[in-house]
Parts: sequence; structure tokens; C-alpha cells
Amino acid sequence: MKKLGFYPGCSLKGSSSEYAQSVLAVAKAFDIELEEINDWNCCGATAAHNMNRELALSLSARILALAEKQGMTEVVVPCAACYNRLTVTQHELNKDEALKQRVCDIIEMPVSGSLQILNVMQLIDKYVADRLEEKVTTPFGHKVACYYGCLLVRPHNILQFDRLEDPQSMDILMKRSGAEPIEWGFKTECCGAGFSVSKTEVVAKLSGNIVKDAADRGAEAIIVACPMCQSNLDMRRPQINEYLKQKIDIPVIYITQAIGLAVGLSPKEVGLQKHFVPVEIG
Amino acid sequence: MSKIGVFICHCGENISATVDCEKVAAEAGKMDGVEFATDYKYMCSDPGQTLIKNAIKEKGLTGVVVGACSPRMHEPTFRKACSEAGLNPYLCEMSNLREHCSWVHEKNEQTTEKAIDLVKMLVEKVKKNKPLNAIKVPITKKALVIGGGIAGIQAALDIANAGQQVIMVEKEPSIGGHMSQLSETFPTLDCSQCILTPRMVEVAQHPNITLYTYAELEHLDGFIGNFKATIRLKAKSVDYKLCTGCGACTTKCPNKKIPSEFNEGLGMRTAIYTPFPQAVPNKPVIDRANCTYYQKGKCKVCEKVCPTGAIQYDRPDQFITEDIGAVVIATGFNVLKTDFFPEYGYGKYADVLTGLQFERLASASGPTLGEIRRPSDGKVPRKIVFIACSGSRDPAKGIPYCSKICCMYTAKHAMLYQHKVHDGESYVFYMDIRAGGKNYEEFVRRAIEDDGVNYIRGRVARIYEKDGKYIVKGADTLLGSKPVEIEADMVVLATAGVSNPGAEELAQKMHVSYDAYKFFAEAHPKLKPVETNTAGIFLCGACQAPKDIPETVGMASGAAAKVIGLFSNNELTREPLIAVVNRSAPPVFSTCVGCFMCQTACPYNAIEREEIKGRDGSVIKTVAKVNPGLCQGCGTCVAFCRSKAIDMQGFSNEQMFAEVMALMNE
Repeated sequence: MKKLGFYPGCSLKGSSSEYAQSVLAVAKAFDIELEEINDWNCCGATAAHNMNRELALSLSARILALAEKQGMTEVVVPCAACYNRLTVTQHELNKDEALKQRVCDIIEMPVSGSLQILNVMQLIDKYVADRLEEKVTTPFGHKVACYYGCLLVRPHNILQFDRLEDPQSMDILMKRSGAEPIEWGFKTECCGAGFSVSKTEVVAKLSGNIVKDAADRGAEAIIVACPMCQSNLDMRRPQINEYLKQKIDIPVIYITQAIGLAVGLSPKEVGLQKHFVPVEIG
Repeated sequence: MSKIGVFICHCGENISATVDCEKVAAEAGKMDGVEFATDYKYMCSDPGQTLIKNAIKEKGLTGVVVGACSPRMHEPTFRKACSEAGLNPYLCEMSNLREHCSWVHEKNEQTTEKAIDLVKMLVEKVKKNKPLNAIKVPITKKALVIGGGIAGIQAALDIANAGQQVIMVEKEPSIGGHMSQLSETFPTLDCSQCILTPRMVEVAQHPNITLYTYAELEHLDGFIGNFKATIRLKAKSVDYKLCTGCGACTTKCPNKKIPSEFNEGLGMRTAIYTPFPQAVPNKPVIDRANCTYYQKGKCKVCEKVCPTGAIQYDRPDQFITEDIGAVVIATGFNVLKTDFFPEYGYGKYADVLTGLQFERLASASGPTLGEIRRPSDGKVPRKIVFIACSGSRDPAKGIPYCSKICCMYTAKHAMLYQHKVHDGESYVFYMDIRAGGKNYEEFVRRAIEDDGVNYIRGRVARIYEKDGKYIVKGADTLLGSKPVEIEADMVVLATAGVSNPGAEELAQKMHVSYDAYKFFAEAHPKLKPVETNTAGIFLCGACQAPKDIPETVGMASGAAAKVIGLFSNNELTREPLIAVVNRSAPPVFSTCVGCFMCQTACPYNAIEREEIKGRDGSVIKTVAKVNPGLCQGCGTCVAFCRSKAIDMQGFSNEQMFAEVMALMNE
């Protein structure tokens, strides 16, 4: 039984609880135990880094410090924003010794900066690897559009994950799960992010373009690895449909949900019922 | 009895701003052996030099020290002046009071003291100088031109027409280079091959030019006037003495699906092939890497159909060695391929092309016979987007420089498209328009005003494909960075001009400098554009930096002029600042004991063995001998010699010791 650290972040405990559910279910199916960091706090997300640099770094640094303190060497971070914040923070601190010292003083904990931060794709590539094909009982035989969003692969020189334009990590995993990932043009286009609340019409337009392109190319599902993406493409579908003046039914599912279905987990086990746009496939 | 003249230069203000030149001259006048000392504002000027010459004549000077700039700057100037006044030029030395003193220190007493010390050192050295005479070395009057594009062709013709011998080496099966791939040239829209092919034929037929195609430089030894070049003649598998160029073999070759390099991958060629119909020489070669016979042992159709039996399968590469006097590098450049651009599709979109690929589409002898058609489905594009500055001027992509020719050829491409497809729509996304040559600006205006090409100032962030069209997402910065989205049928990227893949290796073979982008380095960016830092090796064309045809031709003629100038003498004069092994009377003959450590140490293979023979012909001893033609005066042998039998002329042990002791003895 492989044991790894786990940082769910705020979304996975709230509006995207099905993402957490599916990550834990898939991990369990592959004998991986994910241990949640004790007393974790919010990573700061967009709000903190927009307002105060030290605050943003400190919030994320505290999480890194806690993980190290609890003896973890690797932490799985499913949320793309948390993954981005934690990795960028660790990079910034490692680059600037004086800054690291300042932040450690603020959080009153040491940070060594040697934690391995893994997103869901990296987790599967590293700790599931070839076992994935062996366990696939119900190939996810659908055409899928893998949507990466803004934060998974940028900034490339810090995250060093996948490729910047036309990333492939989710596509490869979906293919291995029996799906047919399609080539499409909106893999890394912005969904509208936080405007979901403050200016929903922006999300309607931006997410609408994403959904439309996927639909035009025959996708039967959009695969995501980010709670924000999922929320905008799924929960805001009524606004999207209004903007597009057309009703598009394509469900938006997390990659761990798709993989979960492929390895024989039930729709309930991966939390498909929590989506807004009904998931009638798999 | 020394009578040294010391001349201290102010160098305008360069020296006098921090060094008290008058004081230095005054102190020099008091030094033992100094007959005359003075200072002047510009020693290198005419009146300055006259000052020196007059002093030599009037005071009967036996040596001259000029305290001024670096000898690398004006040593030849002052030595020439002394020579004209009747003093052996090697009795004139320079003390570097500028680069070594005034330019690196603040203005104070210590700086002046240092200057005085520097002068004292050279005065003591000059007292030990001996008159020397320049060495004459023969020159091989044969030039090697590497590269058979327009640059090499022009240089070769100029040298050959001046009556000198030329060897041209071209690595492709035909000469012509990139210019032969172009459709029409700016600003006149002349057909490129029409103006080039007559010159190609002239090269092939010129009695003074020996052309080796499908050949590369293997090795270059020697030095100016006396190079030895080893050339690899790659195995063509065809005997050109028997081949008549009938083309039966290329017609019958069953292997027809090899992407054509000449057509930039847009068309196919056979395994036995000539690159294009107007190739010079118009005889084929076999591409062994793709030939069925060489790869699988079957076929041999070409041998069967050849009427003269010219096919020779199993000849290996041949090597020839030639004595050469000068080398002209004209190896040209390359353009980036579309796979360099992640935001434009990683090269996977069939209708996203480079400028050079578009040239092949527009060319009458190209894969579409001059019709602009999409490689994906053969349809004529109704909307084309041209993107200038693809890769160039982009530090994030590692190419901060401008590729110079793209603004012009992009306008040309758009014009050609509009001429061929009257109702077509063309868009050019640009950052700036660089049209600095003669008639260039007018050419671009023609594209905009007469041919209706839409110029949009802005960059293209992404291209993706949808339903067979290419969605080009750019911005119009003149309209406040308004996003612009165009559904194009074809996109042409003006990709950056870069160095050729083998450039670094070639430069290292010839000991020629190159820059971070592997473009060859000129000796001086302003005043020596066609020379390199390696004497006898000249540069022309795009191998030095991206440039257009008129500049290339001008540079090629410039390089040729240098070669012709070099060959206009029968001998080359070399500086006599070389090592010499001492010789004396019998029975000693030389203090050299024949250990030949110097020979091992010499980086230039300049040391030979000399047998000293008695009258009866028997060998008394074998001593070292320096070849005056090869020695570069580095002094390594002098440092190695245990017997102090070898010494440097102009920098002898005695002279060096005198300089050091001048500082020690206060």
C-alpha cells in the first residue's frame, strides 16, 4: 500500500466534493492511500496573490511546512489552482533565500522546499503507471475533449509539466482508459474563472466557446482536472446555452471519475450524480 | 652606442586625460641611451609621423619607442614610418600607454609613474633589438570556394574572371542554393532561376573553375597562401564521365515517394534524382539512405535502363587533396521549419507553411506548377494569412535578431498570391515593416495600395484548425489591440533565418570564429565584413548573417576582391617575429641537443629536423629547425627548450629580460 500526502483544498471539500470522492476512490482501487495534511489551510488561490504577495506565499508555505512536518515527501494536489499555487510558492522561496526566511518567520515553521507536488495526472503516471491498462474492465469508449484550463501547464518554466500548447497528459490517460480523445482548439483557453460570480456573462461567452467547439467536433464528454473549470462548464450551462442560443448536453466530468468508471467503479462511487449537466454515459 | 628616440602621444585626450604626457617625455629624455624625447597630440597622424622621421634623420636614431595606443592598432603605422626614414622597422617598438595605462586608471601621479615605467621597459628592450627582414612565403594561386549558392557562384566567377584558379565545393548534388528555390525575387519580381541559371552554367563551363558537387570539406590545414584542403567527394553512384543526363533512370526509378528537399517536403522525388530540372550538373546521384538497392539489396532498375552503363553502385566516397591559397566561405543559411512553433500547431497542420515552402508553390517548376494550392486537399486558398516575424525578434524563442528579408518576401508572397488569385484575400500580421533597400519601400506600398493586401499590425497568438480552416487569433494594435480572428485557408509563416546545421563543425574545422547563433564571425562588423579573424579565409553571404541577394552578391565580389588582391603578389610577406634555432661554427654547430621537445610542443607543426652533415656527407648531428612559413611566433618552443637553443626574433630572451630588469632596477 503506497502512502502519499493529500491536499484537497477548499473546493474539494465543498462544491467539488465529487472530485475528492473520485480521487480517493481511484487511489484506493490502485492500493494508494492518501493521507490528508493535518490542519491545512486555504492555499490563497487567486484572491491572496492579487492582494498581498507575502500573504499569498505564507498561506501556501504553511501547507508545505505542515506536510514536511508530518513526514510527507510527496503530496497529491488534485485542484489545479492549489497545485499551481503550491508549486509556484515553493519555486519562489527556493529561488530567494531571504524571502524564504521572511516567510518562515511569518508562519513560524520551517520550509525546506523539497516537497514533491503532484497533480492527478502525475500521480497516475508515477504510481499507477502500467497497472491502469490491467484494471480497465469497462473501457471509456467515448469521444472526449480533454480541457486543461489555464493553471495546469502554465507557467511552464516553473511547473515543468506537459507541454504549453496542445498538452497531452490527460489525452494520453483517457486513451489508455479506452476513450478517444479528440483534437480540438480550446484545450487551454480561459473559461472565465472567477467571473463566474462577479460577471457571469463573461463566463457564459468564454465557457460557451469552449463547450461549442467540443460539441462541434463530436465530443461526448469534456474531461477536466480543475474544480473551477468543471464548475464553469457544468454549473453555468444554462447561461452558456442562453449565450449560444442552443442547448448542449455534453457532460463535464473529472478525469478521475472517467478513469474510475473505466476500472469498474460505479457512477455513485465517483460522485457523478452531483453534476448539473446529467451524466448519461459510462 | 644607443641613440633611442622616444615619442609620447596624447592620443587626443585618450592618454593625456589621465597621464601627464609632457612629464613622461621629459623623464624619458633623462633615461640612459635616449637621444631625443618629445610628446605630441596625434603621433599616428601625418605631422606626427613626420616628427618621427625627421628625428630619425636629424639625430641619427638607432631605435624608436612610441608611447601611444596598443601595438595592435598602430605598430604597422610607426614601423612603416621608420622604414621610410631609413631605420629598420623592427628597431621600432610601441609602449602601450593607452589600453594598458590611461584607459584603465584614474588621473593621478601613479598613473603617470606607471606610464614612465612602461616607456622605460621598452627603451631597455629596444637597446637589444636587432634589425630583421620580412620573410617571403610563396602563395598558391588557387582559391577554394565552399558553397555553390549565389554567394559562392559570384565569388567564384569574379576570381576566375581575374585569371585565377578556383575550386568550388558544394554539398548538394547541384549548385544554386536557396536562390534556385525561389519563384520571383524582390523588388523587380524577376524570375529567380532565370537570372541565376546562366551564372550556374557559367561556373560549370568556366575554364578556371573546377566544380565538385555532392562534396564537402573534410579537412583544412596550413595558413594563408599555403592551405591544404582535403575534400570528400561523396559517392554519387553514377559515373559522370559516362552519364549524359538523359534522365531515363529518374523516370524509371520505382522508389518515388521520398520527400523532395528542393521542394521543402511539398513534393516527392525518386531515389536516383537530380534535385530540379535546371540542376548544374544536370546529372543524377543516388540517395543511398533511401534507395531500395542499398537498403534491401533489390531493384537495380536504373542500371538496367541506363544507355551508357554509367551506374556504379559500389564506389565509396573519394578523398582529394588540393593546395589552396585562400578560402571563401559561402555556405548560406537555413530557415526554421513550422514544427518550431507550438502556438502554430507544432508543424502538424499541412496548410501552415514556411515562406520557402510558399516559394515552391509559387514557382513554375514547383510541385503545383506555380498554382497556389493547399497541400492538404489541393484546393486554391481563398484567404491566406501571412505572419511576419515568426521566431525572429523573439528573445523568448532564443532568436532576438531580425532576419532582414522577411518583410520584403512576405509582401512579395502576398502580391504573387493576389496576382494569381484575383479575388483572393490576403492578410499580413506584422510588427514593423523593414524595407530599407533600393526600391524596397515602393515595393511594399505596391502590395498594400495596388494589390490590396491587408496589413494588420499585431502578432498572432494561436492558430488552430477547425473544419478544414485555420482559425488565426491575432490582435490589431493600431486599433487599440482589438482581437482579430481570421478563418484562413492557408497560413504562411515568415520563419527566422538561422545558420546551417553543419556550420559549427565547419567553423571548427577551419578555425574560424562564429557567434552564439552559429553565424560565422566577420573580422570587424563595420570595416572588415568579408574577412574573418583567420588570415586567408573570407566570408560572404548569409552564412555571416541573414541578408538579401544584392547584399550577398556585393559581399561575394568583395571577398573575391580580397582574394584577387592576395593573389596579385607572387609572394606573401610574413612578419619575421618567429622562432629560430641558433647555429654557430663547427664543432658546436648549434647548442641544440636534438631532444625535439620543441617539435612536440609546437601547435603549428612548424618545427622540422635538420641533419647537419660533414663534408663527407655523414650526419654529425640532427638539430631542430623552424619552418619560417609555418611558425606563428607563439613562443611555446622557447619556453620548452632546455638548452636555450631556440629563441624568438623580436622577443628574444635577452630583450624580455631587459624589459623586466628595467622595472627592477630603480
